[in-house]
Amino acid sequence: MSVLLIADHDRGALSPATARVVSAASQLGPIDLLVIGQDTDTVASAAAKLSGVAKVLVAEGVSASDADTSVIERLASGYQYVIQSAGSVGKDRMPRVAARLDLMPVTDVVEILGANRFVRPIYAGNAFQTVTDNQIRHVLTIRASAFRAAAGGNDAPIEVVDSAVTSAVRLIAEHRTESDTPDLATAQIVVGGGIAVGSNFQLIESLANSLGAAIGATRAAVDAGYAPNDWQVGQTGKIIAPDLYIAIGISGALQHLAGIQGAKKIVAINSDPDAPIVKLADVALIGDLFEIIPQLIAELDKAGLKH
Amino acid sequence: MKILVAIKRVVDHNVRIRVRPDGTGVETSGVRMSMNPFCKHAVEAAVQLGEAGHGDEIVVVSIGPKAATDVILTALAMGAHRGILVETDAELETLAIAKLLAKVVAEENPDIVLLGKQAVDDDSNHVGQMLAALTDRPQATFASEIRVVGQGLEVVREVDSGRETIAIPLPSIVTADLRLNTPRNAALPMVMKARSKPLAVRPVAEFGVDLTPRLTIEKVSPPPERMAGITVGSVAELAAFIAEDVSQMEAL
Repeated sequence: MSVLLIADHDRGALSPATARVVSAASQLGPIDLLVIGQDTDTVASAAAKLSGVAKVLVAEGVSASDADTSVIERLASGYQYVIQSAGSVGKDRMPRVAARLDLMPVTDVVEILGANRFVRPIYAGNAFQTVTDNQIRHVLTIRASAFRAAAGGNDAPIEVVDSAVTSAVRLIAEHRTESDTPDLATAQIVVGGGIAVGSNFQLIESLANSLGAAIGATRAAVDAGYAPNDWQVGQTGKIIAPDLYIAIGISGALQHLAGIQGAKKIVAINSDPDAPIVKLADVALIGDLFEIIPQLIAELDKAGLKH
Repeated sequence: MKILVAIKRVVDHNVRIRVRPDGTGVETSGVRMSMNPFCKHAVEAAVQLGEAGHGDEIVVVSIGPKAATDVILTALAMGAHRGILVETDAELETLAIAKLLAKVVAEENPDIVLLGKQAVDDDSNHVGQMLAALTDRPQATFASEIRVVGQGLEVVREVDSGRETIAIPLPSIVTADLRLNTPRNAALPMVMKARSKPLAVRPVAEFGVDLTPRLTIEKVSPPPERMAGITVGSVAELAAFIAEDVSQMEAL
């Protein structure tokens, strides 16, 4: 059984999600890891180090769903599984690949029970489906946050594959947030802020910095312009599964809870003792976040947690 | 320009769902149903394109039981011109849905097909991409802005790194994200008028698509319950908990 796994990368760096998807997929068979796009040198050499990778395939070229799909479709015939993370690229691309191959994909897999049995969330994580995939080949997206990362130390060979395709799509502009904080989707600690934080998101950032945490935000906070779009956690934003999630001024709308369901521990700081997230949290502190956060940062510094 | 919007009837997103005790699925009988929220954004986007002079005709299509007529009527009340119900009582997989929609696209030949990015019941997020593959059209998924520019579209997409703007030619497929617009609530006169707009009900068999499921759903289970937590009384106690938790984390 062999796996064609498509790497996630951004600005010449391999995404931390890929190591997790590699470890998940290594349960299914040896992995050929396809790096598709531009500036792939560093990405390919980082990918070759991941344990479980048999070889790295590099397809230099444009990165748009229609073109990528053609490259993947061409390669897919030699594999039992075609897999990518359930990030925005995998979500955009893999159903298209599946339809091309006349396969029904299984997406957002959070548990692999066997060669063709998978668990995936439905209804915003309020239920889980166990499915048997009766097809001879399988197209999957895997929720990276549900798996641990593959170890390094491998030295897989790198091969260039033909990638001569054209795209009807043209990228005009990227609108990004520059940040030194860890990758939100795979971070071990996430500090999240809600609309109650208002224009004081630097408070959230300070706490995140003390803990070496990534920063998240609710949809309401993003819509209100208090936090950038790529910080959004929830059904329509990023799905996270940190070891520790600190929810500040977040009531816990279903939409947001869908995004944090995999969190191992949840801490809530909220003025409303009846907020849904307070009921869900492992530890809650009721009070004014503007008083609590600076004190908390000071206490954590005292405890020697300063990064 | 002709716009086709595909919409789905789902358990209302405000309903707290209940998994059936026998694990066969989620309880849907006697539960309030409505148009999938993302589909509503797609309908609104089509109506706004129409109002801006870019949509001569807006056709909505839904695939589902007779009862799905109600979501088509909602879309007609919002401003769509004509509805099609592909009637089936079967729960179809997204691949089968995309194949049926591809047939409708072949018949209607729209310039733009708009869909919600995902349905809030199965959370699949497949149909737009699959339809694009089957009709060999370019796609712009997770749209938060759509502009008609020249002979094509400029679409702002919500992606992991933030947002990106792409240009795609027509005909094409666009899937709507929540930030695309604020769907209107149709006024009563529009609701009344919707009933007189054309609505074709067509049996699924008419389309000659193989609808055999590829996956077997073994069971549906509720998420693991979280243990009840504690409320602490001071920042010091909270800091102690966080410090303890962080010190126990295994290094990645």
